[in-house]
Amino acid sequence: MSADRLRIGFIPLADAAALIVAVDKGFAAQEGLAIDLVREVSWSNVRDKLNIGLFDAAHLLAPVAIASSLGIGHVKVPLLAPFVLNCNGNAITVSPALYEALAASADGTLHDPNVSARALAGVVRRRRERGDAPLVFGMTFPFSAHNYLLRFWMAAGGVDPDEDVALVVLPPPYMVDSLSSRQVDGFCVGAPWNSVAVELGVGTILHFGCDVVARAPEKVLAVRAAWAANRADTLARLLRAISSAVAFINDPAHLDEVAMLLAAPRHLDVSAALIRATLEGRLRTKLGGSPRTAPDYLVLGRDDAARPEPIDAAWLYAQMVRWRQTALSADALATAKACFRPDLYDAALGSGVKPDRAADAFGAFAGPAFDADDISGYVAAFKAP
Amino acid sequence: MTIRETYPALTRDHRPLFTGHRATPQMDPALKIVIVDENPVRAAILADGLREGGYARVTRIEEMTNLLARIYTLDPDVILIDLENPSRDVLAQMFQVSRAVKRPVAMFVDQSDAAAIEAAVDAGVSAYIVDGLKKERIKPILDLCVSRFNAFARLQDELERTQNALSERKTIDRAKGILMKARNIGEADAYALLRKTAMNENKKIAEVAQAVVTAAELLK
Repeated sequence: MSADRLRIGFIPLADAAALIVAVDKGFAAQEGLAIDLVREVSWSNVRDKLNIGLFDAAHLLAPVAIASSLGIGHVKVPLLAPFVLNCNGNAITVSPALYEALAASADGTLHDPNVSARALAGVVRRRRERGDAPLVFGMTFPFSAHNYLLRFWMAAGGVDPDEDVALVVLPPPYMVDSLSSRQVDGFCVGAPWNSVAVELGVGTILHFGCDVVARAPEKVLAVRAAWAANRADTLARLLRAISSAVAFINDPAHLDEVAMLLAAPRHLDVSAALIRATLEGRLRTKLGGSPRTAPDYLVLGRDDAARPEPIDAAWLYAQMVRWRQTALSADALATAKACFRPDLYDAALGSGVKPDRAADAFGAFAGPAFDADDISGYVAAFKAP
Repeated sequence: MTIRETYPALTRDHRPLFTGHRATPQMDPALKIVIVDENPVRAAILADGLREGGYARVTRIEEMTNLLARIYTLDPDVILIDLENPSRDVLAQMFQVSRAVKRPVAMFVDQSDAAAIEAAVDAGVSAYIVDGLKKERIKPILDLCVSRFNAFARLQDELERTQNALSERKTIDRAKGILMKARNIGEADAYALLRKTAMNENKKIAEVAQAVVTAAELLK
């Protein structure tokens, strides 16, 4: 039997691990799949090539799958997320100068995002009084957890992300350069770029993403809805291959091997030690400092995190509504929720039909509890910054 | 299949995928065009093509720092960017609701233009246009992009082939020299020997020549 040939696009980041391992450790082959992993340089490319059918599937920012299905900011192409590749994995890094300013303005320990957000508001206020230019923060894409985490954090301290600071999109490989050349004062990005900034002494990690939102859906495996319908069996085999890869990755005995594999030039092309630290959630937050450990820094599918829960899609949609990327509508909410397909996940993995999670398990450090049935109330409950 | 499944609207009302019977594309020399490409040669080829095509207001951006600010300053009607450029994501910001944006810009992806988009993506280029610009005015620009990008790719292939051929010729010359000295034969005989060996072993002459050169280095 000849194998099913699939082209899958990915961005060289640690959270593409499950796809890379599925191919390189033979889990795809076991399912009769021959996968060409295609490394891309921008999320726009990944999205467009998936949309027009040059890719069968892709490693994609979870909010992009939803935005594409809703036709926000781009052409409308219905996409599905039958597998969540990871939760978390991001961090907020600031320049040493901004870190100093935050420390001077803090009314407690900066480890507490409430304190750091209030300190940021103080810094912003003093800069305005002095007539200094607004602080600039980099993030990777308008529809990304990076954008939403930064906004969530600063708004909790009373900073309006659209008025008081400038948020700019920067490609991840340019983040560190932009920080060292002072074009940005901070950024929110995925691994390994925060650690790269720390090791070069140009940035200090202020928060892990999980300090802001304990469990935020990050990247998904995305496919076109029409493709999923036509290639149901292929999709099920793909999900099984990725699920086997997730189990392999989460076995501590394989840590070194996975780190080496991801570090390879054809994949991420960065040091294996940095990737290993990322996988372990053991990161130095400043040059010469001792590492900080957070087991949930990057959650690659363990503890059912891979199951796409509609409430996760609703939460991402609510962030889009909160930041006025789109207007709230019941239809759009239903479309967003339908992007995340636990039924496809359950069927492929033979795990039986489970009830979808209904309660807020996001663990945001501030703001109201999330209620997918009352997004308008949820958005209104954040006090106006 | 991919076009139909991607753009269900097409399947529904059976509109043709190709645009042959639509309005004739209109050339509009007044359009301000910005080319964002870190490859200066390719950018120059495209800019020249556009100028030859009658577009007088073409600007190239090769430096990616402060890309968005530069674009806002230039205030273009059309932005062309290569797909190898990570800064493509920076442009995604133009579509966001933001006070900083002077003019709304929309990507050139109308659901009826799947074929044109596929051709562009295939050639490695993407286009963005200001909102409201008629696509008949963009079509000739996009066509030109596709042909110039493809021409550039061919040029690069050719260059690579030429460079390979050049280095092969150098190797063959060196191998000939080694054989002439070692076996005390003339140049024509040395070449004939290489050719005969290559034929017998079903290899390229350059491969045999490389083997001779390597062996000579080892025996030095």
